[in-house]
Amino acid sequence: MQDNLSELKRGEQAIITDVSSIHIPLKLLEMGCLPGNPVKLVQLAPFQDPMYLNINGSHLAIRKETAAHILIEKVTHE
Amino acid sequence: MSKQINVALIGNPNTGKTSVFNALTGLNQKVGNYPGITVEKKEGVCKLPRGVKAHIIDLPGTYSLNASSLDENVVIELLLNQNDKDFPDIAVVVTDVENLKRNLLLFTQIKDLQIPTLLVINMADRMSYKGISLDIEHLEEQLHTKIALISTRKNEGIDKLKQLITNYKDISVKACLDIKSIDTNYFENLHKAFPNQLLYKLWLVITQDVNFGKTSRNDFDAVSDFKTKSSADLKRLQQKETIKRYQYINNVLKAGQTIDASKAKDLRSKLDRVLTHKFWGYVIFFFILLTIFQAIYDWASVPMDLIDSAFASLSEWTKNMLPPGAFTNLISEGIIPGLGGIVIFIPQIAFLFLFIAVLEESGYMSRVVFLMDRIMRRFGLSGKSVVPLISGTACAIPAIMATRNIESWKERLITILVTPFTTCSARLPVYLIIISLVIPEGRFFGLGYQALTLMLLYLLGFGTAVLSAYILNKVLKIKSKSFFVIEMPNYKLPLFKNVALTVIEKTKAFVFGAGKIILAISIILWFLASYGPGEAFNNAEEIIRTEYASEHLDEAEIQKKIASHKLEHSYIGITGRAIEPSIRPLGYDWKIGIAIVSSFAAREVFVGTLATIYSVGNDDEETIKNRMAAETNPTLGGPLFTFASGISLLLFYAFAMQCMSTLAIVKRETNSWKWPVLQLIIMTVFAYIVALIAFQFLK
Repeated sequence: MQDNLSELKRGEQAIITDVSSIHIPLKLLEMGCLPGNPVKLVQLAPFQDPMYLNINGSHLAIRKETAAHILIEKVTHE
Repeated sequence: MSKQINVALIGNPNTGKTSVFNALTGLNQKVGNYPGITVEKKEGVCKLPRGVKAHIIDLPGTYSLNASSLDENVVIELLLNQNDKDFPDIAVVVTDVENLKRNLLLFTQIKDLQIPTLLVINMADRMSYKGISLDIEHLEEQLHTKIALISTRKNEGIDKLKQLITNYKDISVKACLDIKSIDTNYFENLHKAFPNQLLYKLWLVITQDVNFGKTSRNDFDAVSDFKTKSSADLKRLQQKETIKRYQYINNVLKAGQTIDASKAKDLRSKLDRVLTHKFWGYVIFFFILLTIFQAIYDWASVPMDLIDSAFASLSEWTKNMLPPGAFTNLISEGIIPGLGGIVIFIPQIAFLFLFIAVLEESGYMSRVVFLMDRIMRRFGLSGKSVVPLISGTACAIPAIMATRNIESWKERLITILVTPFTTCSARLPVYLIIISLVIPEGRFFGLGYQALTLMLLYLLGFGTAVLSAYILNKVLKIKSKSFFVIEMPNYKLPLFKNVALTVIEKTKAFVFGAGKIILAISIILWFLASYGPGEAFNNAEEIIRTEYASEHLDEAEIQKKIASHKLEHSYIGITGRAIEPSIRPLGYDWKIGIAIVSSFAAREVFVGTLATIYSVGNDDEETIKNRMAAETNPTLGGPLFTFASGISLLLFYAFAMQCMSTLAIVKRETNSWKWPVLQLIIMTVFAYIVALIAFQFLK
C-alpha cells in the first residue's frame, strides 16, 4: 500500500518508494533518503512535528510537510 | 631537508573530526578566518615520523561536496583550486563507525577528485557496544585506500594515522564512481569540449552553480556556459549520482561490515525518550538553563572578587612605586582600571562558553532543536534558531554565523535580526555590577535574588527576541521555501580536551578583541577626563579654596571638592553635561551618559569607562563597585544607583543595539545595509523608551 512518510506511526517501519526531487533538497537525499532505503519513525516531537526518523541507519529529524513528499510502503510485521 | 605535507581534514558533522584535529595538533593550532568571508579557518601543525611536518586544515563539516551553505562551500572551493597554497597533498576523511554508510558518500566524492584520500574510521571504541565488526583489509581493497581505525576518546590509532599520512604517496587515486555512467551522452560531450579536465570536477562546477551560486574559477569559466540541461534535469542527474554512490557503498559494506544488532546496547533511545519527552523534555531543558545561570553567578563570584581586589592593589602599587606625574596617573588611573574592567569577567565568560561547548559536544543541542521546532515555527523561526539564540548568550557574532544552517531564508533573516536581543556576554559585566549595587542579597528557595534577577534578564532577552520574531514574521513579506533537516547525533560524553580547547580559544578571542577596544577607549577617556579648557579647569584649586574659605573644611575634603570640580570642567565633563538633559529622565548622570556613549562601540566598555572616570575623581574607594556605590545623584541627592535608575539602566542595556561588530556581521550575512541600520535604530529607540518608562514609574 502506498502512503507518504508523514503518515508513519511511531515504531512502524517502511521502505521508501519514491522521492519528489523537486520538493526534496539534495541534502536530504544525500543523507540516505532514497528509493529502496528503509525508514523507521523513532519519535514524534511534542505537538506531533517534526519527525525523528531512522533512515537507512541515519538518525535525522524532518518536518511533516517535507515528509509528505516522500512516498513509502509500510513493512507489515507477521 | 624537511618538507611539509598539506593535509585537509574533511568529514560529516558529528564524526569527531575536530577531536582528530586536536589529537594531531594539540596546542599547535590557530583559528582565523578565510579571506573575505567569516567562515572560521582552523589550522595546525603536526610532527610526523622521520622529521616530516604536516600542515593540517580542519575544514568545516559537510555532508557532501554539493555545498548548500557558505561554510560547506569553503571545502569545495579548496578542493577545486589546485593553485591554492593550502591545496591538500592528502585528504583525510573522518567517519564515525556507527554511520559509516552515510559518511562514505563524501569519501567517494573526494576520492573521485583524484586527490590521495585516506579513510579514518573514528569512535572504534563504540564498535563492541553496537555489535559492529569490520574487515579492514577488504574495505581498503574495495575503496582503493588506506584505513586508520582510531578512537580519539581512548587515544588509540593516532600513531598509525600519522604513519599513513607520512606515506601518502602510496595511496591510490583510483576513482570510486565512473561519472559517465549516470548519463553517457551528456558526459561524452562534456569530455569532448574539455578534453584535459577531470570530468567529475567539471560536473561539480556545473552543479555547484545550480546549488549554491556562481563562483569564479579561472580554469573553469567556460564550463558555466556548458549548460545543455535545465536545472531540474541536473537535479535529477544528481539524484541518480547519489543513488549510484550508495549502491557502490552498499556493495562494499556488504562484505566489509557486519552488524549484530542483538549485541547492540541502545542507550540513545532510552535517553531520547526522556530528553525529548513532551513534558519532561521541557522541564529538563529549563533546569539546564537554570543551572547555567546559577553557575555564572555563584561559582564565578569567588575568582571575580579576587581579580577585582588584585587590580585595585595593582593600581595602588604602581601609584606608589612610580614617580608621581601624568604618566603614572595614566597607568594607574587609566589603563589598569580599564583593563581590570575586562579581566574581571573572564571567569563568567569561560563558564558560559564551557556550558555551550558541553551542550554541543554531548549531542543534546540537536534534541533541543527537535523539541523546539514546532514552537519556534509559530514565531516565524526554525528549531535551529534555538542554537543561535543560546549561543547568542555568549556572543551575537558567532551566533549570527551559526544561522547559516537554517535552510529557509525568511526564518534565517528573522533569526539574524532578533539574535542581538539575547543577553550576550558583553552585557554580563554591566548587568552584574548594577545588580550587585541595586538588588538585595537575600535568597528565595535557595536561589539568590541576584541570580534570579540575572535569570529574569536572560528570559527577558529571549522573550523579546521571540516576540519581535513574531512581529517580523507578520510584517516581512518574503516568500521562501520552508525546509528543515537536522541530524540527531549519538549521545557522547564530551571530551575534556575538546571542551577545554574551545573554552580557551573563545575566551582568548573575547578578551583580546574587547581588550584592545577597552584599552584604547580608556586611554582616550583618561586624557579627556584629566585635562580641560579654560579657567574653570586650570584654576580649580583656587576657585574651590576661595569658595569654601569660610567653611573650615579639612584638607582631604578640600582635595575631593577640587578633584570633582576638575572632572566636571574637563573635556569629558563638558561633553557629558551637554548630553545630560537627554538622559536625565532615565535617571542617569553625565558620567553614565559618557559610559553609554563610549559603549556604542562595545557594551563591555561601560564598566571600564565608569572605572576610569570614577578613579580619576575618587581616591578613597578601591574597587569599581564601591566607587559606583559612593556616587550621588546630582539633582535628587542620595545614591545615584537606586533601584529605579538601576532597573532603567539594566533595561536600556537589555534592548539597545550597542555593538559595532554585530552590525558589521549582520551587514555581511544579509548582504545589505538595510537590516543592520534598521536594527540599530529600532532597538535603540525601543531601549530608550522602555528605560524612560521604567525610571519614571519606579522612582
